[in-house]
Amino acid sequence: MAEGKHLIQKIVPVAVGDILNAVQDLKGDGYRLGQMCASKVKDEFQILYSFDKDYELMNLKAVVGEGAELPSITGIYWPAFIYENEIRDLFGFKFKNLALDYGGHFFKTAIPTPWNPQAAKEGGEDE
Amino acid sequence: MSKRTVIPFGPQHPVLPEPVHLDLVIEDEKVVEAIPSIGYIHRGLEKLVEKREFTEMVYVIERVCGICSFGHGWGYCKSVEGNMGIEVPERGEFLRTIWHELSRIHSHLLWLGLLADGFGFESLFMHSWRIRETVLDILERTTGGRVIFSVCKVGGVRKDVSNEELKGIADILEGIKKEFTTLSKVFLDDYSVKNRLVGVGVLSTAEAAELCAVGPMARASGVPLDIRLDGHGAYGRLDFEPVVETDGDCYARCKVRIREVYQSIDIIARLVATMPDGEIAVAVKGSPSGEFVARMEQPRGEAYYYSVGNGSKFLERMRVRTPTNMNIPAMVKTLQGCELADVPMLILTIDPCISCTER
Repeated sequence: MAEGKHLIQKIVPVAVGDILNAVQDLKGDGYRLGQMCASKVKDEFQILYSFDKDYELMNLKAVVGEGAELPSITGIYWPAFIYENEIRDLFGFKFKNLALDYGGHFFKTAIPTPWNPQAAKEGGEDE
Repeated sequence: MSKRTVIPFGPQHPVLPEPVHLDLVIEDEKVVEAIPSIGYIHRGLEKLVEKREFTEMVYVIERVCGICSFGHGWGYCKSVEGNMGIEVPERGEFLRTIWHELSRIHSHLLWLGLLADGFGFESLFMHSWRIRETVLDILERTTGGRVIFSVCKVGGVRKDVSNEELKGIADILEGIKKEFTTLSKVFLDDYSVKNRLVGVGVLSTAEAAELCAVGPMARASGVPLDIRLDGHGAYGRLDFEPVVETDGDCYARCKVRIREVYQSIDIIARLVATMPDGEIAVAVKGSPSGEFVARMEQPRGEAYYYSVGNGSKFLERMRVRTPTNMNIPAMVKTLQGCELADVPMLILTIDPCISCTER
């Protein structure tokens, strides 16, 4: 029993250009991908990558500019395609080298990129 | 060389309990590739944080799923409590853990029924759900709700259960154990059931780890991952091992869930025997202003709850990552190479919840 591990919160900032190296290092250290999500906090967009090893969480947080293209981590953790497609559909961020790209049709939303309507206007998202 | 054909499967299909669509590329009767599509029931529940105060949001998060709703409510509260540094009284944590384990029992019994229905064993389906009904009655008596309880709140729980009633619940569960043993023998020993499950949809330990599978899907493939072991709630007071099987097939996934029903009954009995007295909740003052990632072991596996506060009554962000989300890649993997007739069984054995996945 790993008592108290649920209270440990490691959130490490990472630059967009360093995401792939940081994720590769974590995979090499035996971490499992837990989840990925985007957030809009005040006027800033953030991507949170959560990893787990022996019930200890490790999070990487990248601050990204509006309309930025992010590196896909599907080459390292293939299951990340679920999250990257979701982020694309809800926030409008595109991922470079996404292994399984649904082209903006993973989720069906009434309005395109609901968490970031600006991205749909600028990027001309498909309906 | 055989001709390749694409068969669209779902989102509506007689043996498919959830609205997921698969493009099955088949050669003769063998599936060579499966491309999943979801998105039919995205409800935008996370976005409701903009319109619901953090104390009200628990009702929304509970509605992410109609089966493991209590766990979602608890996971959300845990995230906000971590965010605000709230310590929940011990009795409140014990009650949460008991309700969560009751939810696991009823969820696994529901799944067993669906599985039996999937392979056309109607009486087995009905017996599974008959036993589940007793668990739902316990939940209704102690919380007022059968599926969505709304008994969890930020800071603790809304209702107490007397120690006498808890002992009565432990006795009822002990009685269920006897009935469940008769039922589980059919699932595990019947020739026709084994014929549909043994050796079907094998996911090796290495594949389960590589595809980041969670819950019974991972444990049936030999990955001993159970988030209850991180010590949250009253789990930190218990000593137990995750239920692990190593064959990685549909039969192993069934066996894990059956063994987990016994484990949950045992956990509840131990919690009832050591139930502390005292308060069940603390008053919540202020508003969340930090960020916190909480995790739960739902009946289907690990779930994430990430909250970001801004000092106001409205959270800036609430993220829920449900277990099925993480098991879709593993499901796609197991479908490759299976017989077309086994597809429904395979999908059922990950116990998918697309309503959870899309939120």
